[in-house]
Amino acid sequence: MTAAALAPTPTTAPAPAAPSAVQVQAAERAAIDASASGPVLFFFGSAILWLLLATVLGFISSVQLHSPGFLADCPIFTYGRILPAYNNALAYGWATLSGMGVAIWLLARLCRVQIKIPAVLVTGAIFWQAGLTLGIGQILAGKTTGVEGLEIPGSAAVLMLVGYMLVGLWGALLFGYRRQAPAYISVWYVVAALFWFPWTFGLAHLSIQLPGVTGVVQSLVAAWATQNFLHVFITAIGLATAYYLIPKVINRPVHSYHLASTGFWAFILFSGLTGAVRLSGGPLPVWLVTLSIAATILLIVQIATVSANLLLTMDGQYHMVYHSPTIRFTVFGVLSFTIASVVGVLASLRSFDRLLHFTFFQSAQTHLLLYAFFSMVMFGAIYYILPRLVGCEWLSSTMIRWHFLAVAYGAGTLIVSLAVGGIASGAALADPGMIFSQVIEDGVRYHIGATLGWVMLALGHVIFAFHFLLMLFRIGQPGGEPTLFAPIGEEKH
Amino acid sequence: MNRSLHLFAGIIGSFALSCYALVLLPQQQLGGLQPQIAEDEGKIVDIYPVKNVSHEEGRAIYQSEGCFYCHSQQVRDEQNGTDLARGWGVRRTVARDYIFEKTPVLGSMRIGPDLANVGSPKWRNENEGEYATYKPKKRDASWHLLHLYAPRTVIKSSNMPPYRYLFETKKISGQRSVDALDLTGPDAPEPGYEVVPKPEATKLVAYLLSLDKSHPLKEVKGSAPEVAAK
Repeated sequence: MTAAALAPTPTTAPAPAAPSAVQVQAAERAAIDASASGPVLFFFGSAILWLLLATVLGFISSVQLHSPGFLADCPIFTYGRILPAYNNALAYGWATLSGMGVAIWLLARLCRVQIKIPAVLVTGAIFWQAGLTLGIGQILAGKTTGVEGLEIPGSAAVLMLVGYMLVGLWGALLFGYRRQAPAYISVWYVVAALFWFPWTFGLAHLSIQLPGVTGVVQSLVAAWATQNFLHVFITAIGLATAYYLIPKVINRPVHSYHLASTGFWAFILFSGLTGAVRLSGGPLPVWLVTLSIAATILLIVQIATVSANLLLTMDGQYHMVYHSPTIRFTVFGVLSFTIASVVGVLASLRSFDRLLHFTFFQSAQTHLLLYAFFSMVMFGAIYYILPRLVGCEWLSSTMIRWHFLAVAYGAGTLIVSLAVGGIASGAALADPGMIFSQVIEDGVRYHIGATLGWVMLALGHVIFAFHFLLMLFRIGQPGGEPTLFAPIGEEKH
Repeated sequence: MNRSLHLFAGIIGSFALSCYALVLLPQQQLGGLQPQIAEDEGKIVDIYPVKNVSHEEGRAIYQSEGCFYCHSQQVRDEQNGTDLARGWGVRRTVARDYIFEKTPVLGSMRIGPDLANVGSPKWRNENEGEYATYKPKKRDASWHLLHLYAPRTVIKSSNMPPYRYLFETKKISGQRSVDALDLTGPDAPEPGYEVVPKPEATKLVAYLLSLDKSHPLKEVKGSAPEVAAK
């Protein structure tokens, strides 16, 4: 734990350009940040409120898995409504809003364009959240579409889509008016994410209204939409952010442009074909599942290149995880991406899937991707971006440290509990002599572990939300030098 | 500029490929699936699946209460798990089984047993043969109602939440209702009162009892020689 390099590392740029040019660039960045500040703060603030709601819902659903009577007598709190409410609040509330906030800021910065009429972005976020609030309310009231992953009823989904289109359009305009060519890697990923999401979301919700789409095709469309959301939209924004933050904070270029390019094209080509693994073993033509397994295996190209590229960029600078909050969260996220992806490839293979399908192992995989990878990178990004928007630095490195400890251990406990519980019940069910209800009863203990994880996550989220609130009121360190865990060059255990 | 054209082409093309392979092509292949019809000298003697709208309300309750987050409705073959050996079905389910369901509730999780065939008298969730420990009970409407109201009175280790809000406790006026639950112990209502299902519970149970995907299909090997021969 004390292996960090002692050598004082210069982190300020050696500034090869003339001071005046540096000043011009700094002024330009400040102007871009000022134009983005309103909408991006609105995205982050609302995302954090959704994260707090998701934490409550996730905690309740976790408790219900070991104490099924908990809140069961009230229809809106029954497990079958709380669980989809949780999933939607986490995915479309926290993840999408934080992701869009980061994406818009990245586009403005990397395309070097100021945001005009930022009210459009705010309006988009309001529409999105009005639809989401309505949709989650309807889920809790029992008025769901009944399609897993697409529970939000059509009218609410239309509101969300309208809101998204405003944000997406403004993102596209930022790209269209860019003054920086060629586009940086992060821009590729963000543009891909912004394009894929509305088409997937729109087509999937449309299919529920179309009378001609019935039976397993409807289930397949839902699986496709869920997979595209997690493995294209969310993953792309997470990787775009990591590709930006790591080189920026450690102040060196990305290890290899060619690796980045190969990784991106493998990603965009294969990710969208993996959806049918969610229905592996199910009542579908075999070719569909085989196609998706093959695409998942081919994604190894992306996993290897992206992981290698980001981690090699970090090479020699790993001591920065001791200093920089942004780097600590982001590197945790990138490592989780690698683990989630490798686990995803293994779990898609039929010999594993037949054991792990229908178990909590799949829930562990989702949380590994959506939380341990994406959310951690978003935390890192918010720690990086916010001081640039509000003009002061984070108040307390202790609070950031506690936030990290709580969510890292919380996510670890939650994911390991779910994964081990899933493997245990999957292995037990492989024996037809094991009584089903006995296996479920034996699995209850793992949900106690998962609930413990939720308590830690809740603690971390409350600390983070409080710290964020202080920043909104400009309560923090004076601007200029980032709030670090330890000054760079000093050893910290 | 050239480079961003490549980017756009790649992004749009890859989405089109994803949509084609996982949505349009399957819809083309499966969208036109028809029921299996067996004819004998020009007369239709057997048709499966049958469109049955009488259980739509019960099915809507199954969906609104989110039953499918814990119960799947898909049976895998022997190569893909122990579903058949557990007694959840006599054959794997296939696309044709679901053609009349607009939004099928295949489910992705099994915190409870698979229910694709729960209405079939052959369905069981206990061991039999060499593993048998006790004789399974008959799962009729009153069993299901009792199980919904207080799962642990029926299966002592059950992890299912009770659905008491689908029932009401009424004062017995005159004679006890026919559909009143036979509750004992801590779950029993006060003397002079009875627990009766609301219409939602009755409809939900009627839907559960209608679930049966065991009809032989020609595309499922070994499921039915007499129909497969046609």
